[in-house]
Formats: sequence, C-alpha cells, structure tokens
Amino acid sequence: MALLTCRGLSLGYDGKSVVDGLDFSVNSGDYLCIVGENGSGKSTLMKTILHLRQPISGTIEFGDGLKSSEIGYLPQQTVVQKDFPASVREIVLSGCLNRCGLRPFYTKREKLMAAENMSRLGISELAGACYRELSGGQQQRVLLARALCATGKLLLLDEPTAGLDPVVTTELYELIARLNRESGITIIMITHDIAAAEKYASHVLHICHEPLFFGTAADYFRSEIGCLYVAMNGGERG
Amino acid sequence: MNGLEKLWTYITQYQFVQYALIVGVLIALCSSLLGATLVLKRFSFIGDGLSHVAFGAIAIATVLRLSNDMLLVMPVTILCAILLLHVGQKTKVRGDAAIAMLSVGALALGYLLMNIFPVSSNVAGDVCSTLFGSTSILTISTAEMWLCVGMSVLVIAVFVVFYNKIFAVTFDESFATATGTRAGLYNLLISVLIAVIVVLAMDLVGSLLISALVVFPALSAMRVFKSFRSVIICSAVVSVSCAVIGILVSILADTPVGSTIVAADILAFIGFCAAGAITCRK
Repeated sequence: MALLTCRGLSLGYDGKSVVDGLDFSVNSGDYLCIVGENGSGKSTLMKTILHLRQPISGTIEFGDGLKSSEIGYLPQQTVVQKDFPASVREIVLSGCLNRCGLRPFYTKREKLMAAENMSRLGISELAGACYRELSGGQQQRVLLARALCATGKLLLLDEPTAGLDPVVTTELYELIARLNRESGITIIMITHDIAAAEKYASHVLHICHEPLFFGTAADYFRSEIGCLYVAMNGGERG
Repeated sequence: MNGLEKLWTYITQYQFVQYALIVGVLIALCSSLLGATLVLKRFSFIGDGLSHVAFGAIAIATVLRLSNDMLLVMPVTILCAILLLHVGQKTKVRGDAAIAMLSVGALALGYLLMNIFPVSSNVAGDVCSTLFGSTSILTISTAEMWLCVGMSVLVIAVFVVFYNKIFAVTFDESFATATGTRAGLYNLLISVLIAVIVVLAMDLVGSLLISALVVFPALSAMRVFKSFRSVIICSAVVSVSCAVIGILVSILADTPVGSTIVAADILAFIGFCAAGAITCRK
C-alpha cells in the first residue's frame, strides 16, 4: 500500500481553485520532486498534505500506518525566526512535541533522540549555540534535525536550498539523499532546481494549475514537457 | 544610611508596603514570562491595546457603581484579547490596525463615560490614577492582594505546564500545526494569559504603562542571552528586580510607582544593550 495517496484533489483559496485534478501516490522510500512555475500551487499542495489548509475537493489518504502528525516538515524560513533567541537544542527538541500529547515535559528518551538526530546531521557541537547566529546552511540542518524528531517516515521540504550558496546547497542535497537512501525516509520536495531533481529524484510531479506530468524521474526527463521545462530553466542549472 | 533605615522601618512596620511589594513582585514576574513570546510574535503592542480596553471596562464598572470591578473588567479584557489574537488574524482588519482601533476606541469611550456620569468630584484624578496607577498599588486591600496572588500563581503554573508548547508555537506555528500541535488552542491560551496579566498589572503601573512591563525585560534579556529558556529566566529576574527597586525608590523619593518602575526597566534595558554590545565584540 502507498504511503500517501491523493485522489481527485482540488486546491485553492476562498473557493477559487489553484490546482485541479491531482491524482498521484507516493510509496515508501520514494524521492518525489514537485516542480512548476511560481504560483502554480506547489506550496498549496504541500500545506494541504500537512493539514494546514483544507482541499476544495478530493481526498488525501495515508497508508503504511502513517499518522498525519508523523510528517516531518522543513518550511521556508519566516521573518520571526531570523532573530529568535533559541538554542539549537531547544529547537530540535521541539520536533518531539507530537509525541508528548498532554505531557508537559520531554522525557529522557526524547532528549536522547534529539541528540541522535543532531549528530546524524553533524550539528552536535552547535547544540548550545544560538539559532540566529548560525549560517543559512546550519539553520537548515537544525530545522531538518527537528523534522527528523517528528518523523521517521516522511519528510516534506519546501525549497530547502533557497538562499544558500552552491557548496552548501550541494551538501544539503547530499544529506537529504543520504536520509532517503540509508534510513529509507520518503522525501517530497518542492524545488526550482531542475538539475537537483534530475540528479536525486526517483519521481517527478510537474504542476501548473493542473498536473502536467507524474511519473518516474527517468520518464520525465525523456518526455516532451520535461525537456521543455529543463530548457526553459537551463539558465539556472549550476 | 538614614534612607536605608527609613526604608527598613517602612518594610517591617507598614502592611501597605508589604502588600505592594508582594503584588509588585508577582505581577512583574507574570508579565515578564509572556514578554518574550509577545515580542517574538510581533505582538508587542497587544499589552497596550488590551490595557486601554481594560480602562474602558473600568470606566463602565465605575459608572455602574460595581463593588468589585474585576468581575466586569477581567471577562471584557479576555474577550478582546481572544478577538485580537485569535479571530483578528483571519478577518480583513489585521493585527496592528485592529489593536489601534480597539484600544483608542475603548480609551475615548471610557473617558467620555466617566465625564458624562461622574461618580466623584475629581474625575481628572480618577482618570490619572487609572492611566498611570499613581497610588492604587499602595492602597491595595487584603482581599485584592489574595486575588492577585491567586491569579499570579495560576498564570505561572499554566505557563510552566505549557512552556514547551508555547515555545513551539512561538518559534514556528506552521510546523507545530503540521505535526499535530493545536496551535490555535495555544494562541488562545496566550491571549487569555496576557489579558489576565494586563488586568492585574493595571493596579501596579496603570494602563498606559503596562506594555513597558511586558516588553522591556524581554528585550533586555534578548540582547544578551541565546536560548529561549535563559531569556525567559533572565527577563523574569530583571522584571522582578526593577519592580522591587521601583517600588522602594518611589516610597523613599515620593514619586509615582508605575513610572518609577518603568524608569528602572529602561535603565536595565540600556545596561543590557551595553552588555550585549560588549559580548558581541569579543
């Protein structure tokens, strides 16, 4: 059974639809890249999968025993976070909150888990550091560690490399690919970086107000629409 | 030395000084706890807006000659806090504009009511006392003190129990919601807490100066400390010390309590700015 199945999904704001007729499913261990122009509904789709907004019509089903609160999410950074006085440890630990329920404090096991995820992403020595003083790449690692505390199965990433320099971008992509390969974590990523999609993705969903393509990455980059999109975004290829 | 001896006699001899210190410390503690959250959520002015609402409610309570105005002021302020923080984000009039509208409106209507239906001969004095809390902290009754103690303990307990959730919702509301934390519920909790604090703090510093009590300690702490927990603890310490110093100085120098406390907060803020600049350079 698929980890995530979307059937006849229509999304939008205030009753006006942005995307129509989305049908796709994601299996355990997949690496799905969602591509498309700005305003084509990519972020709206991600927010709907996360239950941050309701679909206009259609359904999203979770399989393989995945609970909707067990999705790790790497959002785009907000203005609030830029000058937030919090230590790396506090932020990573807050990813465990979905295990707490009504319990007010974190257990030893959850603290251990946060420490493990920090060492997994190579930020253990930053545990006591202040989040706002880290570089962009380090901040993304912190948020990724927090997301890993919330999930062991599915990670949703919204343009994780926006604003990062090329070296750090490559490092972050490699890290995400390793999580996918070695820990079997399913990845759904919104990206403008078509070169990265070509290199890492196993599946591609191309949307522009309606699904233009859904299938394996290999098929996408041979298809007409895929070649056209790559050519259009050729300038961005690093 | 003479001044200190005089002070010691005041503290040990006069009950009103003891009450003022107890209430002052508790209110300062409560208001500083949520300060960081409000500053970080870009809601610094909510304390100010709510205190004006509370002023309007006090005016109504005075006109209606209610014996215990808390019964009216508390629910009205809580309701407005919920409106501003919870519902206000979804409607067309957003954040700051909604606060400006509600607070100035309440202030104007409150003053109007007090002038149309004067209950005492000295309306200007009443208004001044409500706005700047000039003497109310020193005339607090035993019952009022216990009410204040009870509410403060409640606020502190709720804050401690929900500390981790409040942190998560402040830092990243969408992540918290996505992973199953009911952010809306905790925003509601934050707004109710801040309303309770505002109503309590009106006695201490008066309605115009409450924001200072909420904002200054948090901003001071954020200059120097690097984790959320240390910011909260530091702002609590700063706030309580400034309140104690302010109350004592005001008794000795015969200055208004509220503005003396705020002056102490401002001095602390300047000190922390300097400390922050020095530690950054290293």
